[in-house]
Amino acid sequence: MNPLLVAEGLSKFYGARIGCRDVRFALEPGEVLAIVGESGSGKTTLLNLLSGQLAPDSGAVRYRLRDGRTKNLLDLSEAERRLLARTDWGFVHQDARNGLRMGVSAGGNIGERLMGVGDRHYGRIRENAMAWLGRVEIDTGRIDDKPTQFSGGMRQRLQIARNLVTHPRLVFMDEPTGGLDVSVQARLLDLIRGLVADLGLAVVLVTHDLAVARLLSHRILVMKDGHVIEAGLTDRVLDDPQEAYTQLLVSSVLAA
Amino acid sequence: MYVAVKGGERAIANAHRLLEHERRGDRSVPEIGTAQIEQQLSLAVDRVMSEGSLYDRALAALAIKQARGDLIEAIFLIRAYRTTLPRFGFSVPLDTAAMAIRRRISSTYKDLPGGQVLGPTFDYTHRLLDFALAAEGEPEAPATAPVDTELRFPRVTDLIAEDDLIERNPPADPAGPVGDLTREPLAFPAERDLRLQNLARGDEGFLLALGYSTQRGYGRNHPFVGEIRMGEVEVEFEIPELGITVSLGAVTLTECQMVNQFKGSLTEPAKFTRGYGLSFGHCERRAMSMSLVDRALRADELGEERTSPAQDEEFVLSHSDNIQATGFVEHLKLPHYVDFQAELALLRQMRREHEARQNTYPEAAE
Amino acid sequence: MSRTAENYRGYNFAYLDEQTKRMIRRAILKAIAIPGYQVPFASREMPMPYGWGTGGVQVTAAILGPSDVLKVIDQGADDTTNAVSIRQFFEKTAGVETTTETGKASVIQTRHRIPEAKLQANQVLVYQVPIPEPLRFLEPRETETRTLHALAEYGLMHVRLYEDIAQHGHIAKTYAYPVLVADRYVMDPSPIPKFDNPKMHESAALQLFGAGREKRIYAVPPHTKVVSLDFEDHPFEATKFEQPCALCGAKDSYLDEVITDDRGGRMFVCSDTHHCETRRCEGHLGPLGMPVTEAAE
Repeated sequence: MNPLLVAEGLSKFYGARIGCRDVRFALEPGEVLAIVGESGSGKTTLLNLLSGQLAPDSGAVRYRLRDGRTKNLLDLSEAERRLLARTDWGFVHQDARNGLRMGVSAGGNIGERLMGVGDRHYGRIRENAMAWLGRVEIDTGRIDDKPTQFSGGMRQRLQIARNLVTHPRLVFMDEPTGGLDVSVQARLLDLIRGLVADLGLAVVLVTHDLAVARLLSHRILVMKDGHVIEAGLTDRVLDDPQEAYTQLLVSSVLAA
Repeated sequence: MYVAVKGGERAIANAHRLLEHERRGDRSVPEIGTAQIEQQLSLAVDRVMSEGSLYDRALAALAIKQARGDLIEAIFLIRAYRTTLPRFGFSVPLDTAAMAIRRRISSTYKDLPGGQVLGPTFDYTHRLLDFALAAEGEPEAPATAPVDTELRFPRVTDLIAEDDLIERNPPADPAGPVGDLTREPLAFPAERDLRLQNLARGDEGFLLALGYSTQRGYGRNHPFVGEIRMGEVEVEFEIPELGITVSLGAVTLTECQMVNQFKGSLTEPAKFTRGYGLSFGHCERRAMSMSLVDRALRADELGEERTSPAQDEEFVLSHSDNIQATGFVEHLKLPHYVDFQAELALLRQMRREHEARQNTYPEAAE
Repeated sequence: MSRTAENYRGYNFAYLDEQTKRMIRRAILKAIAIPGYQVPFASREMPMPYGWGTGGVQVTAAILGPSDVLKVIDQGADDTTNAVSIRQFFEKTAGVETTTETGKASVIQTRHRIPEAKLQANQVLVYQVPIPEPLRFLEPRETETRTLHALAEYGLMHVRLYEDIAQHGHIAKTYAYPVLVADRYVMDPSPIPKFDNPKMHESAALQLFGAGREKRIYAVPPHTKVVSLDFEDHPFEATKFEQPCALCGAKDSYLDEVITDDRGGRMFVCSDTHHCETRRCEGHLGPLGMPVTEAAE
């Protein structure tokens, strides 16, 4: 086993309040890990620690770079971290406005990462953008439209295309289907599942929606009050929850 | 012994007497006359007329004297006077193309029909204190030239429009209603006429800062000064009962037409767009700032993303009026004893609760 | 002596005090050492408004010596109001010789143009800069743009150019066209027309840029690579004119449009007035031009 990302005893405090405490796990290449819990359980804090946007008070996040070296994110320079974030990683935000340039066309949004790593051929960038629009099921005729003219579901799909254009190995997703209609959600989840399988992406997925976690993830971490209270294969955790809190979460979904 | 604070009628009367005394200053120095203000502080008069929304130089000068030179206070006096005046109707739209030009510049063309007329401007003065002025002394008489009655000053935006390179102004609608936010409350979204009225009487500093912010990237729209013109324009009034138009006299105006970033696409030809500024008197900074903000506020209409304060209609129009602003900011000087007492009580209660929690779960504060 | 000239008595040579000049010269040296990098400097209040050339004036004041010959242009012309005003300022405060001849000047202060005549090794071109930050209109926050420069993260700049091509079929930037200096820093060349961009590349003259309001100085040392940003399949193209200068017939100079009447009359003339005059003196004549000797009468 040669994990892509390892969390070692991650803790973060906000004054006396616990953000998250002593979280540890290893993520394999191509593996989808769901972090579930109610709001305030610490899952967003954990996501920010894993993606290097927040520094832990103790612990480390080790990531295996494309060149095979494994590095603690804290030891990376700002330049290295930003390069990593726009090449080998992706971020899909709940609110597409945080993940897209709303004043820039769909083609420009997808092309930005390519230009960021030095592609200077307009025709090639556009072809690439076109191909990715097709892949995320957006009419290629809308390549010059701005995201402001897109529906919520299309914005999320555009966000995904914008991230995947540099073929990242790891994508962080924060409630990617939050706030969307149920039918739109289903289509988006299908698309994500297909892309993840085709491209062999590793994903860290934060969600409060157990149905999303069941559909997409291989493994689950259940968080409560900043602690991981249960972890395991998704089917096992959801079909046979051990902790009382997990049982409550699962049964509340079934009841609904 | 403690005496409770009460009424203070005499305190107020005495404060007013003292204020008058301070306004007068040292009585051995000659008192300033309103005619002096009108003539020698003429740009202050222009600003007070503009933001006071009342074209009356003598009253503006009086207001400045009474307000001890505090221009917002003077504007306040004018506004409070203006509100008592009956309104008979609207003038015929002013024709600034027919302005008797005293100053006219364009930054888009080096030369153009009518030419560049610098007029009385600080622009190319070097900002050095003129100590000779402190000792008084008559300046030279201005240079003169024979009047060329043939000379025309077509508006630069009209010249650009001949080539269809700039958006057309919307056609005039003589039958349409004329908005007036001093008679009807402003509702959002506001039509452009009301926005322009709001900006025309808005605080110069506020407009300046917003206009400046668009230049620095917060809602940028690539402005060029198509033209600034200043001079006298006749005001005409139509008397429908008699079917005639009479002249009411002339007013001094400054007009700024900003020519902005083109808009276009593969399917739509590119065109320059416009921002408009107009002010009573010689208030170039006002007119320019206004035209920048007017253009910024047209973001929705022109399909631009609204990201910055100057593009936010509600933000701009709700905060541009310095009489409203100064009133509300300064009202904080009024007694707030009761509210403050309520806050005090709440704060004390919360602190007591916090203390109680600390005693119950000391480890939470580790 | 006029009242204004009287008021300059008691000021140091070229207005600024020597300590201020030293501070500015240190910033200039650093700027030369790191081509295209914006060096912050403690810009002073000047007796002209911000945005009217206070940055250029401070740079010129800091490098000017008594033996220098100064030329000041605005829009390429020596006779535009602001050029006249700044030239007079240095005539009064430094008493240096001034000229309109490009070849004779050792220091040329400019707003919005590079002279048509090729500049030489002993010349310094001082640009007045309103907004020094080329990324400003993509990202208004200084903290972020500084990081982008530090990390040479310039993808966003190309996104803007990409958007132009997608929308208009070509890059729609005609002035202040961004350049990459010495393969490292993206730089705003000040609002010169992109027509002038190629003149910056490998220029023999030292090019200094002063932004007074934004408190930045930057430089392109002599013989430095300056490349206008573009795409391989949409290469940078300098503006071309369809007609020659109406006065001197030049086909390779930047032209101003002059409106001659209100019935749609237009003519196009060299924006570089000295260049135009020189050509006419040499006998070149455009369709509406007249020989220099006649014009002078």
